[in-house]
Amino acid sequence: MRQQSLLRHAGQRLLGVLPTLLLLITVVFFLMRIAPGGPFDSEKALPPDIQANLEAKYHLDEPLLQQYFRYLGQILVLDFGPSFQYKDWTVNELIAQGFPVSLTIGGFAMLLGFLVGVTVGVLSALRQNTAADYATMGFAMLGVSIPNFVVAPVLILLFAVYAGWLPAGGWDGGWRSAVLPVITLALPVIAYIARLMRGSMIEMLHSNFIRTARAKGLPEWHVILRHALKPALLPVISYMGPATAALITGSVVIERIFAIPGLGSYFVQGALNRDYTLVMGVVIFYGFLIIMLNFIVDMLYSILNPKIRYEER
Amino acid sequence: MSANMKRRVGPGQAKPVLKVQDLAVHYQLEQGGLLRSETVPLRAVDGMSFELYRGETLGVVGESGCGKSTLARALLGLVRPRRGRVLWLGQDLTQLDEKALRKKRKEIQIIFQDPLASLNPRMTVGDIIAEPLWTFYPKIARVQVEERVRGMMKMVGLLPNQINRYPHEFSGGQCQRIGIARALVLNPQLIICDEPVSALDVSIQAQIINLLRDLQRKLRLSLLFIAHDLAVVRHISDRVMVMYLGRAMEVASADALYRRPLHPYTSALVKAVPIPDPALARQPVDTGLTGDMPSPLNPPAGCVFHTRCPYAVKRCQLEVPPLRRLEHGDWVACHRAEELDLTIVKRPSSTV
Repeated sequence: MRQQSLLRHAGQRLLGVLPTLLLLITVVFFLMRIAPGGPFDSEKALPPDIQANLEAKYHLDEPLLQQYFRYLGQILVLDFGPSFQYKDWTVNELIAQGFPVSLTIGGFAMLLGFLVGVTVGVLSALRQNTAADYATMGFAMLGVSIPNFVVAPVLILLFAVYAGWLPAGGWDGGWRSAVLPVITLALPVIAYIARLMRGSMIEMLHSNFIRTARAKGLPEWHVILRHALKPALLPVISYMGPATAALITGSVVIERIFAIPGLGSYFVQGALNRDYTLVMGVVIFYGFLIIMLNFIVDMLYSILNPKIRYEER
Repeated sequence: MSANMKRRVGPGQAKPVLKVQDLAVHYQLEQGGLLRSETVPLRAVDGMSFELYRGETLGVVGESGCGKSTLARALLGLVRPRRGRVLWLGQDLTQLDEKALRKKRKEIQIIFQDPLASLNPRMTVGDIIAEPLWTFYPKIARVQVEERVRGMMKMVGLLPNQINRYPHEFSGGQCQRIGIARALVLNPQLIICDEPVSALDVSIQAQIINLLRDLQRKLRLSLLFIAHDLAVVRHISDRVMVMYLGRAMEVASADALYRRPLHPYTSALVKAVPIPDPALARQPVDTGLTGDMPSPLNPPAGCVFHTRCPYAVKRCQLEVPPLRRLEHGDWVACHRAEELDLTIVKRPSSTV
């Protein structure tokens, strides 16, 4: 019965995703068109015939509303159309090529951020108000406040230029070229999660049911891992959705700095070139990803917290 | 003292199961500014001695902040005492290391004040009650645990088929029943009840107290029952200890304490018990008590109660009165216990 209500809850939430997606597509579509300039602008004006031909080929000569519904129809069959700039590529192909690279770096950054952040946070909470605690939280504060476009060059300077242990940029699919971007991306996540985790862990350790657990005669590690950790993780879990969004925005910058052929690079290039279909495709793809991740986080949340499960009408 | 014990407690129980000697718990508080901070001891419990017999209920009463809960935690080893001894069946618990102390939780258990908050909201009732079993008997069979848990639930008046529910699905009274089942599952001999009913409705209070009393008789438990409600304490206790500023003021059999208090503080507390009669309640009660309890950071010299005592004399300001035994077997910490007659004038409908 509990499983059933969880499934129903999931179904309802999934239905709620559709209007959000539609709104996202609409806003992106019209915003792109409002931006000045077009995909075929260059220093030298094209002959009018060629310009007209090009626009006809990409249906840019139709009324805007018609273009909009045409685009919606395409998306329904998961076709993001051809790229305006990379002439031989469709947007689907570009995403298929760039996303695995971005996913590798982002995924490892997330994993690293979660594991290190949680561990550091818990240890800090257990040594609350000691020098070690203050030092870690100080570093975490730095990690949150220094922007990644500062961290990246510093790391490159230290580990690539001076030490020469790792490549300064580029992507060969091996771990060596992934280390610096992953660390740069993960640092703010580590810092943020560590601070969140420390706070909620301290709160948990002072709660009454932890006192009960100690009174039961459980070993201290058992009290921490079995009773305190799970509820203390809740704020971290709900941060995972926004963290993904932050990672994606971060990756746009990081991929440029480290010259990594990920989705972020294409996105920046597309935006500069008014590559309508590419930018819209990437935004919708990322938007869908974030919505789905938030959905998964919601589900995780209700699995971790039995109180939420029954709050449905 | 044994003469006193013969009423509800079995005969020949000359030896107490729990013997507390000069127990003191001080919390170190940091005071002062950024540069010149100093630690000041807060004397939550300061030199308490008492005994508890098998099958006996010792009530502990006192105002908020008098050290009742700290006493409970110190007995269980959840806070470390600064000095004194806690002799459990002859063994000094304060000398045990953490691991050995945890083993003693099989024998000494505690029930907490806020029933719902004291249960892990993410565990089912069955898991909450079973967890001590898994901890102390890791090799026990699953069926056996479930059988035992269901048995415990039945014993405390819960429906065994609610075993997979979560705490928030129960009422406050039911949550306290879960807490009791959880405390009893290891077959302890002593249960410390730290204000177990003060968060509950009056009607539920009676149910829980009667449940505790029934279980105590059935299982021959010793209870240390902490409360600030004198009516509740009188109902369940064989003897009552009155605490003030971390010290015992009086230890006496429940009936004697309410009829003829030996200590001025006890007398004030008993007089302050509300009377369930509207006509009488309109007349203000003169407890003879003025002012607030002094800070345990800076307790008064001499008798700690002298600042509020209507009978205080010069000697009370200078000399700490020891807790001493009077002829009829009750204990009191007051210089003037013999000369004062604090007999409570029986008021109508004071049924408590």
